[in-house]
Amino acid sequence: MFRNQYDTDVTTWSPAGRLFQVEYSMEAVKQGSAAVGLRSKTHAVLAAVNKAASDLASHQRKLFRADHHVGVAIAGLTADGRVLSRFLRNECINHSFVYESPLPVSRLVVQLADKAQVCTQRSWKRPFGVGLLVAGLDETGAHLYYNCPSGNYFEYQAFAIGSRSQAAKTFLERRFHEYDTYSREDLIKDALFAIKETLQGEKLTTQLCTVAIVGEGEAFHIIDQQTIQDYIDAMELSTGGPDEEAAAAAPPSAEAQGGGEGASSEPAPMDI
Amino acid sequence: MALRGDWMYENNGGTCVAIAGIDYCVVAADTRLSVGYNILTRDHSKICSLTDKCVLASSGFQGDIRALHKNLAARHLLYQHQHNKQMSCPAMGQLLSNTLYYKRFFPYYAFNVLGGLDNEGKGCVFTYDAVGSYERVGYSAQGSGSTLIMPVLDNQLKSPSPLLLPARDAVTPLSETEAVDLVKDVFASATERDIYTGDKLEIVVINASGIKREYLELRKD
Repeated sequence: MFRNQYDTDVTTWSPAGRLFQVEYSMEAVKQGSAAVGLRSKTHAVLAAVNKAASDLASHQRKLFRADHHVGVAIAGLTADGRVLSRFLRNECINHSFVYESPLPVSRLVVQLADKAQVCTQRSWKRPFGVGLLVAGLDETGAHLYYNCPSGNYFEYQAFAIGSRSQAAKTFLERRFHEYDTYSREDLIKDALFAIKETLQGEKLTTQLCTVAIVGEGEAFHIIDQQTIQDYIDAMELSTGGPDEEAAAAAPPSAEAQGGGEGASSEPAPMDI
Repeated sequence: MALRGDWMYENNGGTCVAIAGIDYCVVAADTRLSVGYNILTRDHSKICSLTDKCVLASSGFQGDIRALHKNLAARHLLYQHQHNKQMSCPAMGQLLSNTLYYKRFFPYYAFNVLGGLDNEGKGCVFTYDAVGSYERVGYSAQGSGSTLIMPVLDNQLKSPSPLLLPARDAVTPLSETEAVDLVKDVFASATERDIYTGDKLEIVVINASGIKREYLELRKD
């Protein structure tokens, strides 16, 4: 009830100390198709579900390269994601130009977060409606970050965003402990498994997903469809492993109705 | 020895040459960096690989040349992000021209020769002045030794008038090895008489299988 009174402007606080417009923008992320990211000490993998508006249309791009050592996966308003990717590319190029060295990933995500924060504190702007999984490699190793429309960012070993991402997160939660020492092939396989979780029974095909990887000795690039098909085929052969456990343990995806209740005693969600 | 108190340029000398062949391109430059009558280093490359199929050699003021090469490399990276492919050599040629003219009223002191393979895989060479005027040619020389080298290239490579029929290609019918040998010869000759040219010659050959680099010692006096 109180929610609707204080949610017109991003510059209006609610009595409970929340900015509803910012929280609404995080809902937009949950509407986008799923994207997952995982990392080891030396590699980081991003995978996304290709969702097309209709059978007649091509699917929207979800994975963007920002530089040789950094790439992003987006979920939410694709147009916002494209604009932010352009920003990331520019920042990386500017840093390389001035310092002749790659922009450390942690600095990049801070700049991105600051840009997102600006839109939460101007009455004539709106928050970006896109969440970004930033995967990169720098001198301190491989990193995976999640940038929120709120201007927050967090580092993760593995994460998933977008619709039905809870299923992927549950899968990743059980597996992430060993990721540090995983080989790049195992990382890719787990990324594909995680994507499969979000499909909820639909068959995983190469048309449905895009995978990218960055790591030591490997610039950020999207893996070609044939290689992905080979991984999927190998997965089919060894079915019975992670698949069934995940199906049994995954809770019904609840984020679709996440923000429905407006009780002000609830802690403000950072994201789900 | 600046010409005036506020003279912002310096000529670091050196010579660049490029020759276009049927399915290859040779780009070469010496590696001597000088100021006045002094040598600053014998081992400085004037050649920048911009794409898999496109190589830029520049002589003149090395400060401006470094900045120009970095500028083009950054623009190329942006292009690759947006178009998901590398720039073609003619496209890079136009970009270089625009970049140079952008500073028409405070020019890059850089005399450029761009060499590579065009969209059909044929050799192409573009030659520039300091403010971006450019032309596609079959061969070119720029820099301190260019006046010594160009007449020799004209003698060896000049194609008959473009007005003649049947139309002939500007690219030379010479083979790759013959073109490289010609480049070595002209540089050896230029080194004899031009004080700013010498030390070492860097030869880059671009063909369908990629970019190959080779070095030749030149006279060090």
